[in-house]
Amino acid sequence: MGMAAAEWKFHVLAVDDSLVDRKLIERLLQKSSCQVTTVDSGYKALEFLGLRQGIESNDTTALSLSPQEANLIITDYCMPGMTGYDLLKKLKESSALKNIPVVIMSSENVPARISRCLEEGAEEFFLKPVRLADLNKLKPHMMKTKLKNQKLEEIETPSDDENGTVAAVEPEIKDSVEMEIIKMLPLQSETEPKRVLLQVVQQEEQMLSNNKRKSMEQGLSTDRPRPSLEGIATAV
Amino acid sequence: MNTVVAKLQRQFQDYLVSLYQQGFLDNQFTELRKLQDEGTPDFVAEVVSLFFDDCSKLINSMSRSLERPENVDFKQVDSGVHQLKGSSSSVGARRVKNVCISFKECCDVQNREGCLRCLQQVDYEYKMLKTKLQDLFNLEQQIVQAGGAIPQHFPSYTILRPDIRPCLDA
Repeated sequence: MGMAAAEWKFHVLAVDDSLVDRKLIERLLQKSSCQVTTVDSGYKALEFLGLRQGIESNDTTALSLSPQEANLIITDYCMPGMTGYDLLKKLKESSALKNIPVVIMSSENVPARISRCLEEGAEEFFLKPVRLADLNKLKPHMMKTKLKNQKLEEIETPSDDENGTVAAVEPEIKDSVEMEIIKMLPLQSETEPKRVLLQVVQQEEQMLSNNKRKSMEQGLSTDRPRPSLEGIATAV
Repeated sequence: MNTVVAKLQRQFQDYLVSLYQQGFLDNQFTELRKLQDEGTPDFVAEVVSLFFDDCSKLINSMSRSLERPENVDFKQVDSGVHQLKGSSSSVGARRVKNVCISFKECCDVQNREGCLRCLQQVDYEYKMLKTKLQDLFNLEQQIVQAGGAIPQHFPSYTILRPDIRPCLDA
């Protein structure tokens, strides 16, 4: 099995105008074994990712010479100038960046806001203050990217149609993700000792109800299915 | 030597618990402490220090906005309160956060007098918390200097304050 020579870490770009919150999210992500870059605005985030100012984001020449890679972007919603929603839209409009998963954070539980973000393509919506248990929802994304990277490294024939090759290993990745999730269950138990998690399905329900816990405090429903979790459900 | 350490550790634990009991801190402060480890021993102190800096800056700018009765920039005040509420919530500064909730209500109805009262209160609360946490960090330092380990005691706000309705835990 081919393994990466250097230790590969899941790289998260965190965007928040609050210094306190940047410090917090950085530590949370480091504690979850991620590499973290923090910026204080949507503009700086786009700059980091290589989108030059003033150029249409769906223009393939829009990327600068050395765009930096991020495996996931987590952004605050309420920011001066460019909001998290504006940033999300710009990312989804960019052919180069639209596939990077985006998570929105907000201190306010506004259902219309949550729906709008999810409809625009955000993977998750976290209510602040974000906790370690919330970041467990990112583990599936992390495992998927990690395994995809490992699988792609194993593919040695350069002339292979990448799409076809990736499709061929896709089911294997799903099984491995399942396996990894089951292995990760004890980790979730450490942070939430009261819960006993036996199956992936239970964990999925738990992920949904963590969101529900916060929303229910204000008596709102989060029955909207999360696109990112549907794949895991069917894999079971 | 051992009894000195044990006594200090006991003092630390009791003091920490009292801060929860008196409503200065909530479970978010617990979360903060959980994020600290041997590799990041100053994490909590750093974050709360940034928070107190934030408080000072925001209170000053809001004070300026509220200064002249005929020309209050409520939009600026609202922005300041929003930021203060956010950061106090992020560090577990419960009393400061609660004042911000009232503060926002005064702002929404453009009540200058109410805003001034809240401003004074938020100033008092953050300074009080700053003093309390400084005492807590001093105790930590004394323990370390006496050769002991800081107790990994994580009080639960919901258990210490059964009078407060607990959040729905999924």
